[in-house]
Amino acid sequence: MTNTAHLLQLSSIGKQFGGLSALSDVSLHIQHREIYGLIGPNGAGKTTLFNVITGLYQPSAGEFQFDGKSYQTCKPHVLAKAGIARTFQNIRLFANLTALENVMIGRHVRTRAGVFGALLHDRTTRNEERAITERARELLYYVGIEKPARTLAKHLSYGEQRRLEIARALATDPLLLALDEPAAGMNATETASLKTLLQTIRNSGITVLLIEHDVKLIMGLCDRVAVLDYGKKIAEGVPEEVRKDPAVIAAYLGAEPEAHTSGFAPLASLSPLAGEDPGERVVDNV
Amino acid sequence: MKLNSKSKSLLVALAIGLLLIPFVTDTLLGRGWVRIVDFAMLYIMLALGLNIVVGFAGLLDLGYIAFFGVGAYCYALAGSPHLALAFPMIFPNGVHLSFWVILPLAALLAGGFGVLLGAPTLRLRGDYLAIVTLGFGEIIRIFLNNLNAPVNLTNGPQGISRIDPVSLADVRLSVTQEIFGISLPSVHLYFYLFLAFTVLVIFASQRLEKSRIGRAWMAIREDEVAASAMGINTRNLKLLAFAMGAMFGGASGALFAGFQGFVSPESFSLMESIMVLCMVVLGGMGNIAGVILGGVLLAVLPEVLRHSVVPLQQALFGKMIVDPESLRMLLFGGALIVMMLYRPAGLLPSRVRRRELDTDEVVETV
Repeated sequence: MTNTAHLLQLSSIGKQFGGLSALSDVSLHIQHREIYGLIGPNGAGKTTLFNVITGLYQPSAGEFQFDGKSYQTCKPHVLAKAGIARTFQNIRLFANLTALENVMIGRHVRTRAGVFGALLHDRTTRNEERAITERARELLYYVGIEKPARTLAKHLSYGEQRRLEIARALATDPLLLALDEPAAGMNATETASLKTLLQTIRNSGITVLLIEHDVKLIMGLCDRVAVLDYGKKIAEGVPEEVRKDPAVIAAYLGAEPEAHTSGFAPLASLSPLAGEDPGERVVDNV
Repeated sequence: MKLNSKSKSLLVALAIGLLLIPFVTDTLLGRGWVRIVDFAMLYIMLALGLNIVVGFAGLLDLGYIAFFGVGAYCYALAGSPHLALAFPMIFPNGVHLSFWVILPLAALLAGGFGVLLGAPTLRLRGDYLAIVTLGFGEIIRIFLNNLNAPVNLTNGPQGISRIDPVSLADVRLSVTQEIFGISLPSVHLYFYLFLAFTVLVIFASQRLEKSRIGRAWMAIREDEVAASAMGINTRNLKLLAFAMGAMFGGASGALFAGFQGFVSPESFSLMESIMVLCMVVLGGMGNIAGVILGGVLLAVLPEVLRHSVVPLQQALFGKMIVDPESLRMLLFGGALIVMMLYRPAGLLPSRVRRRELDTDEVVETV
């Protein structure tokens, strides 16, 4: 794979749910080693697009290429093997398994032992098991989970659970790490350390795709950002430009671009975002 | 696996204890009880097999006894004169294969049936899966009941009798054998055979549980969507769970047929499936020790009841008021309700034990 090609290339992706068009004609590309942000108001289709990329949904139209290969319809486990790992908006850990086991399960796709290996427990299997455990422990340390590795996933704190999801995803040796609102519900300190973690991950050579409501985080972290609204991509570019894009401001604030410079707060309360997380309203106020 | 001297001596003591079971039972309670213990071993094997499907992979299977039936009938057909009735030209004396041929055959056949059940139910979960597997179990039983025409394959409700007893390298387990001057009656011999297989099944379960495959099963049990997003091929692994569970069931079915010398569809009713499932649930789903405990309790207690209730009632009232069978179901139902209220995770829940063994574990405060 040459580095010049895009890691992920979406071409005219569409997704219909019955008569509802959740995504239409979305095209974008993600380059190697960048942090790519996906933002948009609630119901814009971010998570749908995310589920298409990770194989949970099959696109109704369009196709995507990942790492030089084209995927029309694909099962999640095939894409995981190809190198896309994800986390979930509402944490989906294996709650009754230990933190360590959660990460070890992430190694599944990069290891081979089958039933006979399990039953015979031969040298190859033993070595592989040892390597799996070792790598899992490293990853727990890497994402900063300090509780004992044998703690059940459900007994970890909220922030740790989010980190554990990232560790589990990293265990699959991904090329693209797709994070669905990793900072949701985190306090400022937790968000700041998440930001550091994501930068470390990117510096280690992994491309990151990020859906986030926390615009501050997106703007400070992402190399490029795409904005979705009503299932369409309305803007794409570096955060600075996107933030000034009239269409984006209109989508977020439901107002004409010049209006927001004067009376920001009243307009926000009229916007479709009223009652939303306050972090969202500050789209241009960061 | 390294064992220190303490656990080594414990293991030796356990082994001697297990080997003495038939003699102790025979002396204290009589020969009939050794037979009951033999059946308990079969149930443990069955429960451990079902534990792979229900406990590890989280697939609720209410038709598990069907695989036991498939294994038993496989042994019955491949080790009895019965097929002479259906195909007198091909098998004038019936089929009499060696035990070591029939056993893997029965396991493989049952495994095949496991995949057959698994394939159409891959998209189902929970209650829906339970209903389909229940239907599957009944289909197998009804087939066994009716496959006496046009070709008499299963001999219908009469079942197949005169099944060859198990014989290992010319040692027939159906007659008393003298080994080192100790006389071992048939039930004792079968006990040792079943013990060996049970140990094997326990061993296999344990290794599977702590393997890459076992972890993938548990991931599917916990969250199928997340499991597939982590690169686990949920289709193949669910089929594998069904097949592995069915293979254990089929093998114990074959042992059952050889031991009993007779099989009929009656032994594979829905009630049996539910009993085996209860052994798994009562003991502690997913925990091997718990499942063994559940198997022993549910296999032996009804017999204890049968042998104690009648004399007790005779002594108290001078006549029998409640017959032990109905009392068994009453107590059983009551026990299940109490269990679900006070120990919903089973007598030996799988996680607690591990947590207790782990000193640096954070104690749950709930």
